[in-house]
Amino acid sequence: MCRLIAMTSSEPLSPIVAMRALDVMREGHDGSGVGLFMSDLGGPFEELKGLPILSGICTGEGVKRLDQFMMNLGFMTKHKVSVRSSKKTPPAGTPRRDVYVIRAYEYPQTWDGLDRREVEFQLMMTRLKLRQMGEENEDMIIYSFWPDVIMIKEIGDPLQVAEYLQLDSEELRARVILAQGRQNTNYAINLYACHPFFIQGIASMTNGENTAFVPNREYLMSRGFPGYMGYQSDSEVFTHIAHYMLNSLGLGIEAYKHIITPLQDGDLESHPDAGFLKQLKHSCRRLIIDGPNCVIGRLPDNSVFLVQDRKKFRPAVVGGRKGLYALSSEMCGLEAAVPDRDKSKDFQPMHLDTVIIASDRSEVRICSQTEPLSPLH
Amino acid sequence: MLANGTIVPSSLSVRDLLWQVKWDKEKCTLCGRCCAVCPVQAIELGVHRKRTIQIPSLAEIGPSTTSSNVYQVYHGIRQKTDPAYGCTGCEMCNLVCPNGAIAAERSEEVDKQRFHVNQGGQPRRRGGRRNAPDSSNLGTLDRIKFTRISMLTDPALDAGRHEFELRTLLGRVLPPEENIRLYRENGWIPPVREIYPLLIGSMSFGALSPNMWEGLQMGVAYLNEELGMPVRMCTGEGGCPPRLLRSRFLKYTILQIASGYFGWDEIIHALPEMKEDPCAIEIKYGQGAKPGDGGLLMWSKVNKLIAAIRGVPPGISLPSPPTHQTQYSIEESVAKMIQSMYMAWGFRVPVYPKISGTSTALAVLNNLTRNAYAGGLAIDGEDGGTGAAYAVSMDHMGHPIASNIRDCYLNLARLGKQNEVPLFAGGGVGKNGKLAANAAALIMLGASGVQVGKYIMQAAAGCVGSETDRCNVCNIGLCPKGITSQDPRLYRRLDPEKVAERLVDVYLSFDTELKKIVAPLGRSTSLPIGMSDALAIDDKDAADRLQIKYVV
Repeated sequence: MCRLIAMTSSEPLSPIVAMRALDVMREGHDGSGVGLFMSDLGGPFEELKGLPILSGICTGEGVKRLDQFMMNLGFMTKHKVSVRSSKKTPPAGTPRRDVYVIRAYEYPQTWDGLDRREVEFQLMMTRLKLRQMGEENEDMIIYSFWPDVIMIKEIGDPLQVAEYLQLDSEELRARVILAQGRQNTNYAINLYACHPFFIQGIASMTNGENTAFVPNREYLMSRGFPGYMGYQSDSEVFTHIAHYMLNSLGLGIEAYKHIITPLQDGDLESHPDAGFLKQLKHSCRRLIIDGPNCVIGRLPDNSVFLVQDRKKFRPAVVGGRKGLYALSSEMCGLEAAVPDRDKSKDFQPMHLDTVIIASDRSEVRICSQTEPLSPLH
Repeated sequence: MLANGTIVPSSLSVRDLLWQVKWDKEKCTLCGRCCAVCPVQAIELGVHRKRTIQIPSLAEIGPSTTSSNVYQVYHGIRQKTDPAYGCTGCEMCNLVCPNGAIAAERSEEVDKQRFHVNQGGQPRRRGGRRNAPDSSNLGTLDRIKFTRISMLTDPALDAGRHEFELRTLLGRVLPPEENIRLYRENGWIPPVREIYPLLIGSMSFGALSPNMWEGLQMGVAYLNEELGMPVRMCTGEGGCPPRLLRSRFLKYTILQIASGYFGWDEIIHALPEMKEDPCAIEIKYGQGAKPGDGGLLMWSKVNKLIAAIRGVPPGISLPSPPTHQTQYSIEESVAKMIQSMYMAWGFRVPVYPKISGTSTALAVLNNLTRNAYAGGLAIDGEDGGTGAAYAVSMDHMGHPIASNIRDCYLNLARLGKQNEVPLFAGGGVGKNGKLAANAAALIMLGASGVQVGKYIMQAAAGCVGSETDRCNVCNIGLCPKGITSQDPRLYRRLDPEKVAERLVDVYLSFDTELKKIVAPLGRSTSLPIGMSDALAIDDKDAADRLQIKYVV
């Protein structure tokens, strides 16, 4: 089973804090891997907020191809962080890699004048192209290419990997951190199968297995959107469903649960937005998931969210204090992440709840699925 | 026949018949019930003359004594050998016999009767399904296994206590973007019904007896109103009784229009008086049992009531044309027909076509995806049942449902319309009694729901027809169980209340079995339509064809 921790903080944090929280939840995961997502960056990237950052792993040959490709497109490297593995041998199970890439680029001049949506599309297409090139030659693994976003994924025990990669470096600081201790289930070991997943500013990670994966995947893949691909893990559909909902349907995250686990008859009939929700339930039927799942994610505005599926078979707890909150699979993870909090305010979201913490980190907002949605515009 | 008698080509012995009636003189009470009940008059009172040779004992033998013949008569039954009266194996004789003195036995070798059932140049017609004599050879649906069992990585659910949402949608579902836009703009959104995924397929008032129909309607009403199961039943092409049209129960009914348009005069005239909209309108273009052939109600079943509802004179055969007479292009006339039916109910009732399984199903489906109104597509596979059809159509025409529905689903998925045009599968579902397993397999292959007819007749009314050519005389109106007969002396045998009870039994047990399938797969939030990763079959070619796993 996966263990998840998300932290959102007014002050930039080192990802090692989240890694320690994962480590205390060690009994719940098998330490087979780690996925890390960071945004709302501090450190040297604070000044480069608008510039896209590429995250991935390359072989020596791959880096050369990457540089050539990016240069041809007109991207200029503005800043790079060397996540250098320490000289000592990697922890058990972790392969030795040539380069962990984290690079911020200056946009090509040819992109001047493109509108935001077009830029976002091109960034995604660049990432997909690099991913495809990497898969062909097995020399690049690309996680994200987006402003203010860094991702690292590796096989091995989370804390050992973090120490090996020296993730406590001053250069890596973020206000939003998602981290996952990964146990690979059902599908082959593949770094692309490791949570969190990312698409155009939206990241999410999931605890549990989605048995409606195949119909969900078929539906997403048939939307004609090139970013809906991959699916080495059944959990990737959660990220893409959120993306589809926000971008194609123009709905807020409060509607997410109405898509993935809609209300049933009686509750639906008595809902103030029954008419709309019924339509949504019908037209998004192929996006209904079948958990048990707990999904924690980050949205482009740096808010973080957590939803439980209908069955609520996966643990999750939310707590913290003004300016620092954590969403964790287990109480001990929360305890490690934010020890100095009012524990009486800890909240365990249930089957109707969506937890949202905005980027001002002022409060934990709980939306129940039975509450009215904000009006459609 | 005398030893030197003449024989004609169709002179058969009892041994040449498919069924031989075995009768035990010792047990027989001569009550005559068997002869009275036999629907095809295969047996009649037999007055048998028997000679007994009486030989005197040695002591009695004298010059004047002679041996003597004593002629005796005994009564019993005699089986007719005229193929027109061939026993159908329905075993009603056995059912009514107080002593169990009589039973039909199947011929141990291939019968000769089959070569003589076309007297007068009229090919054999019958009711039932495609005959598949080797019933031990299970069909594809029966061989599909559900192999993706939730184990440890996600918990299997408790079929008895967990909550399950096992509804499906009937009607055109819009793409989410368009649906939201139209909702905001108060535009017209096609009507969609949330229904139970097991539908009672189209069996007409006329093909079925009034008691059978009433029983089914009562059962459906009970399932809806007392048990909260939104079960729907399709009328078939025979119209709908006027009182039902004007009742609130109409909402549980799918009205069918087919190429003969039987009953539609009555329906159209009832429109202003309808309290409720029907669930949907099914336009029948084909039927799995007799693909490319029209409906058939033989004259003997067209009594006054049937004739009145259908708007025809009584006592004439009612063959529907193989296709709608107005149909010359799918783009135009089918679209027009769909829209006309929408218009009749103010665009509040979903309209969908039903076709027989065919290798051209994809062409039909592709067309429907471009028709903004088509509310679904029902496909009836080769194993679908019927009340009357030519045996050759039933046995040799049509397409198996599994690959037909799978192809259609995968095609929709390629087009991105897998949630927009729901597919309904029928034809042999539960043929070997495995209703829930067959239905679940079809749903996971891509069907939004399944239609079932013959199984309902068998389970809810005790139909004895089989795929080994037993009974199957639905066409002549002499159903011994009163299911498909229009003679009050026959259909009085069937108690509508008991049919309703059995229908409820069938649905409740189906519901439990369906949960016993989906719960271990970890599914409860929605019907697992297209969950093909759960399926496997022990046949490599079938696995490749259906794009499911191959297991041994």
